[in-house]
Amino acid sequence: MALHRCAVVGVGQTNHTACRGDVSIAGLVREAVDRALLDANMTLADIDAIVIGKAPDMLEGVMMPELWLTDSLAASGKPLFRVHTAGSVGGSTAIVAAQHVMSGLHKRVLTIAFEKQSDGNAMWALSVPLPFSMPVHAGAGGYFSPIVRSYIRRSGAPSHIGAMVAVKDRTNALKNPYAHLHEDHWTLEKAMESPMLWDPIRFVETCPSSDGAIALVLASEDVADKMPGKKAWVHSTAMRSEPTMFAGRNQVSPRAGEMCAEDVFRKAGITDPLKQIDAVEMYVPFSWFEPMWLENLGFAPKDQGWRFVEDGVTEMTGALPVNASGGVLSSNPIGASGMLRFGEAALQVMGKAGEHQIDGARTALGHAYGGGSQFFAMWVVGSEKN
Amino acid sequence: MADDILRIRTPIGIDYTWSSGPGSVVYMRGLENGKLIGRRCPDCELVYFPPRNGICPRCGVLLAAEVEVGPRGTITTFCVVNVPFLGQTIKIPYVAATILLDGADIGMQHLIQECEAADVRMGMRVEPVWKDKSEWTPSLENILYYKPTGEPDADFDVYARHL
Repeated sequence: MALHRCAVVGVGQTNHTACRGDVSIAGLVREAVDRALLDANMTLADIDAIVIGKAPDMLEGVMMPELWLTDSLAASGKPLFRVHTAGSVGGSTAIVAAQHVMSGLHKRVLTIAFEKQSDGNAMWALSVPLPFSMPVHAGAGGYFSPIVRSYIRRSGAPSHIGAMVAVKDRTNALKNPYAHLHEDHWTLEKAMESPMLWDPIRFVETCPSSDGAIALVLASEDVADKMPGKKAWVHSTAMRSEPTMFAGRNQVSPRAGEMCAEDVFRKAGITDPLKQIDAVEMYVPFSWFEPMWLENLGFAPKDQGWRFVEDGVTEMTGALPVNASGGVLSSNPIGASGMLRFGEAALQVMGKAGEHQIDGARTALGHAYGGGSQFFAMWVVGSEKN
Repeated sequence: MADDILRIRTPIGIDYTWSSGPGSVVYMRGLENGKLIGRRCPDCELVYFPPRNGICPRCGVLLAAEVEVGPRGTITTFCVVNVPFLGQTIKIPYVAATILLDGADIGMQHLIQECEAADVRMGMRVEPVWKDKSEWTPSLENILYYKPTGEPDADFDVYARHL
């Protein structure tokens, strides 16, 4: 089936912070929506359909917030539904919204992702004892740290690589007014002294817990062509999944992630990602995942991702800038984090990333993963039509 | 003044009933009797412990033959947990290790003790320390923790495909 073209015509996000005590979930979401609609020069009345996503309800302790959001998003008489794929949900929600347009079904679709982590306790929610097993679980860090240890052992990466990524992302975040963490004091030496929380993961190498939301307005080609502003054309989207646990699973570089990357690049006509992609917004909640995903996505050869980090390839001035926005390491409203990657990739090709703009970015990758690295969502966006 | 109330704290609790299903009842009965029992996939022949849901995630078929695994195993990888959190039951710092039990083809999570965290290694051989028999329930918590056996470490190649 031939797909219709789809463009991002509006991006809006909240400032991300530890606690937005001044608004409810609905108020937080509406703030991002109003900014996205303003950016697209539209109102809620122009929107045909709404697709929302957030991470597990346990993280906030508010069950099925979509019931509540139907009111605050003026969804009367319109389709509204929720997507759920754990931490990758922001990415897969944007993809489902894009499919609403690419199918020819709708012309103007609003998509939103959010998390108000101060309303609950994500560390607790991610450490709930499973029946009949040993209660050694310790949040997402406890889950991913052994996998990071495996990567270090396999690749022979030196121990400062994680700290290098952390310093890069925290420094990039200084150029992003929406970022949660604005910390200008990090040096590699200081980062190396940061305490081990989930050894081998240091405190500085972990993401914060944030309140935040992002909304995108997606439009069909005929609608987008009539709009004067800058757009990000969706060149391709891909999603893949695999079980969290199976015998012989490659947990460092899950096959589903490799398949997803191969698919998203193939559909966008990209044969040499390292050359053809100008900016990457990658889901890196723990800094070691940057070199791991560089390999999983096919940018770096196996066991060589850490050399890209060490050589400065992923710096804003490097050949493959990764997370110019500061990434998940600088803002992590979990359910929104995937869509923030997708939205930041769009901002780069629209030339609207402000101080963290990569000069001349024409093609960008947005990447998200979730669960025990079991759900993957990616899109390639470009300044020109595909 | 009611106008000043911006946030209130309302803790929520959930009690639930767990249906083990026929696949994992063998595993739970085994634990009740101090045995570690997994199941083998009839297609790929790999042994799952625990036999989650009784289904092989690769082949999508029912796991079949019961296989006793362990009790010794090899630490494939691990985390030294040094972060306090709500609901934590183990004193920090502690080592949460992925242990590949002898005869199993997938690692399981357990605690390592009787050894400094700094001395725990990938490839280290470990064995279980059980609770008193009178306290056994159908749970992996019957094993208090794993401790080093003192055997030589396993070669990396032996467990590399389990990472």
